[in-house]
Amino acid sequence: MNSLFTPLSWSDSGLILTGVWNTVIISVVAIVVGTVLGLIIGFARSESNKMVNALFGSVLDVLRSVPLIIQLILFSTFVGAMGSPLAPFVAGSIVLSLYTMAFMSEVFRSGFESVSPSMQIAARSLGMTKWQTIYHIRLPIGLRAVFPSWLGVSLSVIKDSALVSVIGYMELLRTSEQLISRTQQPLEILIGVGIFYFIISYPLSHYGRYVERKMAI
Amino acid sequence: MISVQNVHKSFGDLEVLKGVSLDVEKGEVVSIIGGSGSGKSTLLYCINAIEPINSGKILVDGVDVHAKETNKDKLRQKLGMVFQQWNSFPHMTVLENAALAPRIVKKMSKEEAIEIAKKELEHVGLGDKLDVYPTKMSGGQQQRLAIARALAMKPDYMLLDEVTSALDPELVGEVLDTLRLLAEEGMTMICVTHEMGFARDVSDRVAYFHQGVIAEIGEARQVITDPQNPLTQKFLSKVR
Ligand SMILES: Nc1ncnc2c1ncn2[C@@H]1O[C@H](COP(=O)(O)OP(=O)(O)O)[C@@H](O)[C@H]1O
Ligand SMILES: [Mg+2]
Repeated sequence: MNSLFTPLSWSDSGLILTGVWNTVIISVVAIVVGTVLGLIIGFARSESNKMVNALFGSVLDVLRSVPLIIQLILFSTFVGAMGSPLAPFVAGSIVLSLYTMAFMSEVFRSGFESVSPSMQIAARSLGMTKWQTIYHIRLPIGLRAVFPSWLGVSLSVIKDSALVSVIGYMELLRTSEQLISRTQQPLEILIGVGIFYFIISYPLSHYGRYVERKMAI
Repeated sequence: MISVQNVHKSFGDLEVLKGVSLDVEKGEVVSIIGGSGSGKSTLLYCINAIEPINSGKILVDGVDVHAKETNKDKLRQKLGMVFQQWNSFPHMTVLENAALAPRIVKKMSKEEAIEIAKKELEHVGLGDKLDVYPTKMSGGQQQRLAIARALAMKPDYMLLDEVTSALDPELVGEVLDTLRLLAEEGMTMICVTHEMGFARDVSDRVAYFHQGVIAEIGEARQVITDPQNPLTQKFLSKVR
C-alpha cells in the first residue's frame, strides 16, 4: 500500500527540469512568433482602410475572446479528427502563438497610432521617404511607447502556457501533476511551481518598470 | 524662385484656395497674414507637395511641384519647413535630430552629417544642448531645433507656418530673433505669421489672405501700416 506513493527525491529533478525547460521553450516560441506576426498585423492595421481593418479585427477579436483552454482543445481535437494529430508541442505552439499575436497586434497598433501625423509630416518635409519615416520615426517611437504593454503580454503568455498541459504537453504544471499523483505532496510541489513563475515574472516586470522610467525622458 | 500660379485647392466640397498666385524671388522674405481658416497653411502644404492641388501650377526653380514625374522627396530637400508644432523626434538627442536627415536622405557620412548638424545648432544658439533630449527643452528651444533641423538639409527656401503661435509669450522673441538672423543672411522665406511687427520689419513683402485669395499684397511696411484694401484694414485693426 505504501509502495504506491514514493516521496519527492533528487531523482525527480530531471523531470522537473524537463517541465521547466518545456515551459520556457513554448513561451519563447509563442512570444517570438506572436511578436513578429503582431508587429506586421499591427502595422498593417494602423495603415489600412476601415474595411480591411474590420475584417482583420473580427478574427483577432475571436482569438482574444475565446478562452485559451478552449482554443487549445478545439484545435487539437480538430487536427486529430482530420487524421493527422500534431505533437502537443507543435499544436500548443501554434495556438499559443496565434493567441499571443492577437494581443500583440493591438499593442503594436496602438503604438504606431500614437505617433502623430504631424510628426510624420515633419519627417517627410525633411525629404525622408515614406519608408525612411516608418523606419526611423514611426517604428522607434511607437515601439518605445508600447514596451511596457509588450512586456505585460509576454509575462501573461508565460503564465498562460500552463494551459497547454490540457493537450498533453509536458510543461511545468503537467510534470508537477504527475509528481503530485505519485508523491501525494501537492503543497510542496505547487509552492515550488508558484515560486518558479514568480522568479521569472517578477524581475521582468521590475525591469519593465525600470526601462519605462528611463524612457520617460 | 517659387512661382504659385492660379492655384485652386479643395478639401471635398470646401474650396480652400480659390486662385492664388504668388512669385517669391531668391533672397526675398514674404510674410503671409490673415485670419484663421483662410488657407495660409494649405498654401505652404501645397508648395511642399504635402497636399495635392486641383488646378493651377506651382513651380520651384522651374520644376513643376505637382507633376507626376517630379520626385517629391527630392524636391522637399530644397524646401525647409517648420510648423506651429515643433515635432522634435523624442527618441533622439538634439544633435541626432539635426543630423538624421543629412545622413539618411543626403547619404552623408556620419561625421559629415554631425558636423553640419552641429554648425546649424550653433547657428540657432543650441550649441550647448547637443546631447540633451528635446523633450527636456522649452518650446522655444525645440522650435529653434526644428529650424536647425531644416537648415541642416541646406534648403534653398524656408516655409514657416506660424512657428511662434504655440509658444509661451516670453519664448517668442528668441525664435523671431533666429528668423531675423536667417533673413539677414539672405535666406528666401515664406512666413505665415501673426507677428505684425516681424512681418513689417523683416519681410520684403506682405500678403494678406482672405477666404482663399490674396486680397492684398505689397511692400511690407506699406501693407502693415497703410493697407489699401478695406478687408486688410479691418483685419489689422482687429489684431492690433
Ligand atoms: N486636411 C484637411 N481636410 C479637410 N479640411 C481641411 C484640411 N486642412 C485644412 N482644412 C480646412 O481648410 C481651411 C483652411 O485651413 P488652413 O489652410 O489650415 O487655414 P489657416 O492656416 O489660414 O488657418 C479650413 O477651413 C480648414 O478647416
Ligand atoms: Mg494655419
